[in-house]
Amino acid sequence: MDLTPLWEWFRWLYGATGVKLTIFYDAFDRQRFFDGFLTSVRLQAACLVSSVVVGVVGAWLQGSRLKPVRLAVQGYIQFFRNTPPLVQLYFFYFALGYYLSYMTDEGLRVALVSNFAWAVICLSLYAGAFNVEIFRAGIEAVPKETIEAAEALGYSRLRAYVYILLPLAFRISLPALNNNLVNLVKTTTISYAIAVPEMLYVANQIWSDEVNVPEMMNVLLVIYVSLVGVVVWIMHKWERALRVPGYVS
Amino acid sequence: MSPAGHVTRTEAPLIHIADVHKSFGKVEVLKGVSLDVAKGEVICVIGPSGSGKSTLLRCINALVPIDRGSIVVDGQEVNDPRLDKLQLRRKVGMVFQQYNLFPHRTAIENVMMAPIHVLKQDRREVESRARRLIAKVRLEGKEDAYPGELSGGQQQRVAIARSLAMNPEIMLFDEVTAALDPETVKEVLVTIRELAEEGMTCAIVTHEMGFAREVADHVYFTDRGVIVEHGPPREFFAQAKDPRTRQFLSQIL
Repeated sequence: MDLTPLWEWFRWLYGATGVKLTIFYDAFDRQRFFDGFLTSVRLQAACLVSSVVVGVVGAWLQGSRLKPVRLAVQGYIQFFRNTPPLVQLYFFYFALGYYLSYMTDEGLRVALVSNFAWAVICLSLYAGAFNVEIFRAGIEAVPKETIEAAEALGYSRLRAYVYILLPLAFRISLPALNNNLVNLVKTTTISYAIAVPEMLYVANQIWSDEVNVPEMMNVLLVIYVSLVGVVVWIMHKWERALRVPGYVS
Repeated sequence: MSPAGHVTRTEAPLIHIADVHKSFGKVEVLKGVSLDVAKGEVICVIGPSGSGKSTLLRCINALVPIDRGSIVVDGQEVNDPRLDKLQLRRKVGMVFQQYNLFPHRTAIENVMMAPIHVLKQDRREVESRARRLIAKVRLEGKEDAYPGELSGGQQQRVAIARSLAMNPEIMLFDEVTAALDPETVKEVLVTIRELAEEGMTCAIVTHEMGFAREVADHVYFTDRGVIVEHGPPREFFAQAKDPRTRQFLSQIL
């Protein structure tokens, strides 16, 4: 489909009103903004999935019989919940990143972990810490008699967790999880600080070049409202798909 | 109904409980309980609340570890730290007061889950067995209902079918009618009686004295962590010797 007329309309809009949306009619800006958008979506998707995995695994480890394991999970939660995500990101990127790099013969420092990967790691651990607590609350809401019944049927702790405890706890946790994941989608913008070329970073480049800060701000807000809308819609669908007659949520 | 005494007591009992002690914190719940259950025998345990009846059942399938004494189920020492719990729990099915069905799965899935997840049996084979069991507990047509859509009595019968799906040799019933409406108690008791008549070894904790009298080969009365008195139901209910038993029976009958 040829979108040239649409792009030309935005060029006309600029001429007629001064609203400067170069991301539509300037091919270079259009390309870099689109790349930024894709980077943001990839970043968000990766963080959403891995933060839920962190939450699920963490909540299981929290119920471990071994005290050191429980303490380690607790320490992890306290660290990531009680420090600002931006500070964590800097810590990962500048402190840990430095040790995970090497010097080439030409004297160039090469990082083993990319900016994008650091952002995924850091934000997943950050949101994951909250997810552990969210799932724990869900797990505690499952009657212990239900687990006793599973044990009486020969389920091991892991199997009972996978097939019974988690599916039930997950349903109870969904509304709280929903909140945290929406927050995570928005928090991905802080990876701007370590130069991950996501949408905010690219928008900043564009408004520096084109001097169209208000326009780009509005574009960002509209896109973020839509992205969060998509996440909320998916979560809502999910919640409905998991609904069980005669049971919560 | 299996008449009292038809069980040959010569062979080793299927469940052998000797001098079992169990405390929760400072509360000693079992203070030296001993009893034997032969293969095919049906025993009923009665007694006031808090007398340790449910704990005793939970010790048999190792849901509750014992402090002292010995429980041997089909030659397997339950108190052994190297005990293979799965092996034990395959043999011993349990049905609970609150049914404890898995609310996110349908009736038939509840029945099918453990054989598939735990015993790794073939799904199609398990499904046909599950359908037979659902029919056995008279719940045809309810296969795809979720527990939340079933009455208490129906849920309890699903729970019985779920336990039977593991092909146990012993069934433990822990006050399975205590949470039910009076009109649904009967349908559950009928199901248990059929099982007993088929020769299933059953240990039943109950407050239904009429049922105990009818179904049991042997009745045990527990109070404050000890077995006060036991005997075949006809003698037990007609001529209890211990004053505590008599008092309990006079209150409840």
